[in-house]
Amino acid sequence: MRLDRMVLLFVSLAAVVGWTSHPPPENPQSASSKTTTRTDGLAAWQQVYSVLTHPRCINCHTATNYPQQGDDRHRHFANVVRGPDGKGVPALQCVTCHQGANADSTGVPGAHDWHLAPLSMKWQDLNDKILSSAEICRSLTDRSKNNNRDGAALLKHNTEEPLVLWAFHPGRRIDGSMRTLPPLTHEEFVTATRAWVEAGTPCPQTR
Amino acid sequence: METYNITVNGVPKQVTVDPGTPLLWVLREELKMTGTKYGCGIAACGACTVHLGGVATRSCVVPISLVGSRPVVTIEAMADDPIGHAVQDEWVSLDVVQCGYCQSGQIMSAVALLKSIPKPTDTEIEESMGGNLCRCATYLRIREAIKSASQQLKR
Repeated sequence: MRLDRMVLLFVSLAAVVGWTSHPPPENPQSASSKTTTRTDGLAAWQQVYSVLTHPRCINCHTATNYPQQGDDRHRHFANVVRGPDGKGVPALQCVTCHQGANADSTGVPGAHDWHLAPLSMKWQDLNDKILSSAEICRSLTDRSKNNNRDGAALLKHNTEEPLVLWAFHPGRRIDGSMRTLPPLTHEEFVTATRAWVEAGTPCPQTR
Repeated sequence: METYNITVNGVPKQVTVDPGTPLLWVLREELKMTGTKYGCGIAACGACTVHLGGVATRSCVVPISLVGSRPVVTIEAMADDPIGHAVQDEWVSLDVVQCGYCQSGQIMSAVALLKSIPKPTDTEIEESMGGNLCRCATYLRIREAIKSASQQLKR
């Protein structure tokens, strides 16, 4: 009986102090903040994802031989094709119409070096279905696909790249109405990207 | 109204127009160079194609304010351009034209193609010329004329 009571007491104490087979964290405070940072990073990534999948961004991140246009993401008119470097073909280049700035008097959007993203940075499948948050995150952080950009370079890209900036100032359609905007302002987009990068560019685990 | 200095076919020109005026209308209305045609006004047909800084460009959608220092070359200069001359010769030789309205744009695109790819394949011709519409459907003769001009230029 005495032995049984001692075992019971030992088990109870172990439960109270949290004694398990796993070693305790070296610094409970840092473990807690790391968990919070990853959670915050994933939340920030979802904000980034909401922008990347907006038509102003994803229309030129196709998996096909052509860009898309419009909020319904239809195939670009005039039989425009990707070409070898994502800038069209000799007599039908992107810059055949798209100049260095929006042409609001004629409704043609423009920014410096208008072009398609490379196929390695496609964010859609061949049926024009947008890839999942996890898939785009993995692609975006794969340096063999993203022009060898680390987190800092991704932040710089989202902060300064003219075509990224254009998405937040996309100009007027031919009927004079304004093109729709991504769900965040550029400042909010950069803030979310920075939080995601500072968290170590975490990606969702699900497919 | 703003005043712009542009170079058209090697000649300096000065125009005073609204900044949003498309290059097409500067050429046709201000400079009275009517070889470049108005087709659709939305870059959907290619009839207004000129070379802007060496690039085939739809002049109907480029405001004069965005032309900058890039030289403009139009159909009127093609007779003095070696490739342009060869293309025009083959256009005549193969009797490409029916109504002719789109043909200045077709020729400007064909010349831009041959300057970049001297011996284009059928696919390269179709992709490059895909934005130039012809309501008379002279597409097969256009393609043959481009290939024939390519052969002439190799000699």
